[in-house]
Amino acid sequence: MKKLWELFITFAKIGGFTFGGGYAMLPMLKKEVVEHHHWATEEEILDYFAIGQCTPGIIAVNTATFIGYNEAGVPGGIFATLGVIAPSIVIISVIAACVAGFADYAIVQNAFAGIRACVVVLILSTVYDMIKKTLKGALTICMFAAVLLAALFTPLSTYVFILAAFVVGIIYHAVNAMKKEDRSC
Amino acid sequence: MLIRLMYEFFKIGLFSIGGGLASLPFIYELSEKTGWFTLYDISNLVAVSEATPGPLGVNMATYVGYVSSGVPGGILAPIGLVTPSIIIIVIVAKFYNRFKESALVKDIFYCLRPVSTALILVAGISVFQLALMKAGVAFTLENLTTGINWKAAVLMVVLALLHRQIKKHPIIAVLSSGVVGIILQFAV
Repeated sequence: MKKLWELFITFAKIGGFTFGGGYAMLPMLKKEVVEHHHWATEEEILDYFAIGQCTPGIIAVNTATFIGYNEAGVPGGIFATLGVIAPSIVIISVIAACVAGFADYAIVQNAFAGIRACVVVLILSTVYDMIKKTLKGALTICMFAAVLLAALFTPLSTYVFILAAFVVGIIYHAVNAMKKEDRSC
Repeated sequence: MLIRLMYEFFKIGLFSIGGGLASLPFIYELSEKTGWFTLYDISNLVAVSEATPGPLGVNMATYVGYVSSGVPGGILAPIGLVTPSIIIIVIVAKFYNRFKESALVKDIFYCLRPVSTALILVAGISVFQLALMKAGVAFTLENLTTGINWKAAVLMVVLALLHRQIKKHPIIAVLSSGVVGIILQFAV
C-alpha cells in the first residue's frame, strides 16, 4: 500500500510539472525514477519511450504504466497512471470552471515564455546525457544521424522510424548470430 | 451519457498513436458526431492544454469531459482515455520483462535507443524554435533578424550554463523560470 501511494505521489509530481507533452517529462522522470527511487535505469526509460511510441495511447501515460507495473504489478500500473493524470484533471477542471480565456492573460503568457526556455534546456541537457549512453559504435551513430535528419526534413511519422529501427535490430541480431557460428566452426 | 463519454475516449486512447496531438483529429470527429462541445471549445482547449502541465491528450479529455458533463465527465473521460494504455502496456511489460535478457531483444533495443534519442532531440528542437521566437512568429530565416525573443534567448543561455544544477532540481528551475518570465514580461 505504501508503495502504491509512493508511485501515485511520484507520478503526480511528474505530471504536475511537465509542460508541453510527453518528451518534456523525460528530465523529471530521470530525476525522480532513476536517480531518486531507482525504479528503472536510464536505458530502461528509453526502452519504455520506444515502446510507448509504437503502442497506442499517450507516451507519458504508457511510461508511467510500465514503471508502475514493474514495481508493483497491475495495481502499481494503475496507481502510477492515475498519479500522472491527476494534476491535469484538477487543473483543467478548475480552469474550465473559473477562467474563460485563461491562456490570453498577459501574466500566463509571460510565465510560459519563461517556462518554455527552461524546458528547452532540460530536454537538450537530458538528450546530451542519453547520447553519451546510447551511441556506442558506428551503427548506432549512423542510425541516430539518419533519424535526426529524416525527422527534421521529411514528413515521415515517428511510427516509421521505430518500425525501421526494429527491423534493423532484427537484422543486426541475425548478423551477430552468423558471426558467432563462424567463430565456433 | 457518462458511459458513452468514457467509451468514446477509450476508443480515442486506443487509436491515437504517438502523442497528444495525434488525438486532435478524433476530438474534431467527436465534436461533429455528438455536438457535446463546439469547434470554439476545441480551440480554447488546445490553448489551455498548451499552457498547463500534463500530457496534452489527458488535458484535452478532461476539458471535453468537463465542458460536456461537469466534474464527473472531467474525471471519467481521461480515465477512459488511459484504460487501453494500461491494458496494452501491462501485456507488453510482461513480455519485455520475460525476454529482456534474450540476445534478440537486447539487439533490437540496442538499435531502438539511438532512434528514440534522436526523436526526443527533434522534440527538443521544436520547443527551442517555439521558445526562441516571439509569440506567433514562425521560425524562418527571414524572421531570425526581427522575431527573436531576446529575453528568452538570454535566459536559455544562462540556464544552459547552469544545466548541471537545474537538472538536479527541475521543479524549482521550471517554477523560477516562470517567475522570471512574469517579472521581466517575456511575452511582450
